[in-house]
Amino acid sequence: MKPGVAFLLAGRSLLRHRVRTGLAMLGIVIGIAAVICMVALGQGASAMVQAQLDAMGRNLLMIWPGAASSSGGFSFGGGTTVTLTPADGDAILEEVPSVIAVTPVERTRAQIVNGDKNWYPNNIYGVSESFPNVRSWPVDEGDFFTEREVAGSAKVCLIGRTVADNLFAEEGESPLGRSLRIKNVPFKIMGVLRPKGTSSFGTDQDDVVVLPWTTCLNLLEGSSFDNIDQLLCAADKPENIDRAIAEITEVLRARHRLTEAEPSDFRIYSMAEMAATSVQTADIMSRLLAGIASISLLVGGIGIMNIMLVSVTERTREIGLRLAVGARGRDILQQFLVEAVMLTGVAGLIGMGLGAIVSHVIANAQSWPLEISRPIMLLAAVFSCAVGVFFGLYPALRAAQLDPIEALRYE
Amino acid sequence: MAPDDIIVLQDVAKTYRMGEVDVRPLQGVSIAIRRGEFVAIQGASGSGKTTLLNLVGCLDRPTSGHYVLNGRDVSRLSRDELARVRHETFGFVFQNFALLGRTSALDNVEMPLLYGNPPPARERKERARAMLERVGLGERMTHHPGQLSGGQQQRVAIARALVTRPHVLLADEPTGNLDTHAGADVMKLFLELNREGLTIVLVTHDSAVAAQTARTIHVSDGRILEAAA
Repeated sequence: MKPGVAFLLAGRSLLRHRVRTGLAMLGIVIGIAAVICMVALGQGASAMVQAQLDAMGRNLLMIWPGAASSSGGFSFGGGTTVTLTPADGDAILEEVPSVIAVTPVERTRAQIVNGDKNWYPNNIYGVSESFPNVRSWPVDEGDFFTEREVAGSAKVCLIGRTVADNLFAEEGESPLGRSLRIKNVPFKIMGVLRPKGTSSFGTDQDDVVVLPWTTCLNLLEGSSFDNIDQLLCAADKPENIDRAIAEITEVLRARHRLTEAEPSDFRIYSMAEMAATSVQTADIMSRLLAGIASISLLVGGIGIMNIMLVSVTERTREIGLRLAVGARGRDILQQFLVEAVMLTGVAGLIGMGLGAIVSHVIANAQSWPLEISRPIMLLAAVFSCAVGVFFGLYPALRAAQLDPIEALRYE
Repeated sequence: MAPDDIIVLQDVAKTYRMGEVDVRPLQGVSIAIRRGEFVAIQGASGSGKTTLLNLVGCLDRPTSGHYVLNGRDVSRLSRDELARVRHETFGFVFQNFALLGRTSALDNVEMPLLYGNPPPARERKERARAMLERVGLGERMTHHPGQLSGGQQQRVAIARALVTRPHVLLADEPTGNLDTHAGADVMKLFLELNREGLTIVLVTHDSAVAAQTARTIHVSDGRILEAAA
């Protein structure tokens, strides 16, 4: 039988029993819609975590000084050694090929003042000119400071959007070129950093002042040493992060003259590592929900099988007649199979539309990000047809194996 | 075997097991039907006449003996080959009309053309329409079986049997479910078709119906009693 004819027959027969067809479809419609919703919302959640990760800089490596201990074995806790220096950073940049940028980070907290207003930002960072590169954190207005300002301990700074809003918003003009005072030292504002939003740990990343690390150490902290709180490195690509960690370890151990028996006096974390857990959680949730939703699809499929079996029994005489006028077993098989696939295929399309609408509604109501990907739509279409084939096959085989004489005589 | 014999049965028997017993609805039947004949197979209920018609119509295969149709032995063909022979050779008319419910007369008549090598949709419709006009139902093409009288339904069934241009029309008690008047109409149509050259084999228990045909084959207890020309 030509496929066109099979579709014609299937369409006619489905239209003959509109109510039954509609009800049989309903199960598949709900099943597919549920799967689409769950996967869309799950992927949305996972995308949200990924976006937060990207905001931090996906290739980011953080190096912290290790724990210092007194000769008596009294540990002072992480970050208490004073061995990590900007020179370590230069060495890493030079000797580890997969690290493309490094900045020291010296963190301090202090009150900042503009005229009669003051603010206490979350963080004051002393960094090098590579900071925007390392943190993938571009400047919105103005420019970042250069090597020259770092070398000369220049009294310049950049501020985050939150700081700008709190100190300069009312004056209605750009903070660019203005100055603010930190510990009574005036700093010229060179630029405003692009807003980054809340970090995955819940802190406002834009509540920040950034200035040269030399200025931070010498002027704000009054230190005459150049050990720093942290080194931030950017790897060239995420795949190279593990190798970069190994190589950095080697470089730093050599520079710090550690023997093989001694533990490292620093710790290296990667952003990817820290975020992997939350991405994994989102993935597991999304799969779990899709799994639950596919149970409704299975139930819908059983409904289809039931309807098709009823339909074969009810149409036994019709099948006998078709066999008598020259239909072969495979023509009958094809007719019923196409009917089942048409049923589930159309139901699948409706379900996809419904799923898209419902997930948009949920996404809007809950301000939950949503991602309906083309592969999942394609998969849903293929899967709904596959449900038709799978659950339609047995009834169709029963129809095809009927004996024409018995079928014609069936009451 | 005469050259214009279209249906030749040679010592054909049918046996099947029903539980513990062997049922032998046909026991050594030999018949020859010529092209263009109008033959009635008459017998009481249970005489084996319907089994005989099923064998002639290639709906069933004989247990023993040979069936030569159009010069070709079809007694050992496969299910699919038989389907093809049925499609190309026979048109069937049943006692209960066997029309598809909730389906227009036109679609009912078109149905057999969907199998085998289906012609294009337009040609299918055209042939179905022509057949309905031939049986006098040109005005009722879009009616469903439920909207037609018994006689009209049987005429739709006849149009359906003829739409494939069969060599032989096989009718199983075609007037059995009709009143006298409608039954007479159907017989009149058969006689007309036969005059135009169509071979018709009709099964009936009714001797009044059988009497209108040129030749009657009497079947009793699975055997042929008389095959008078």
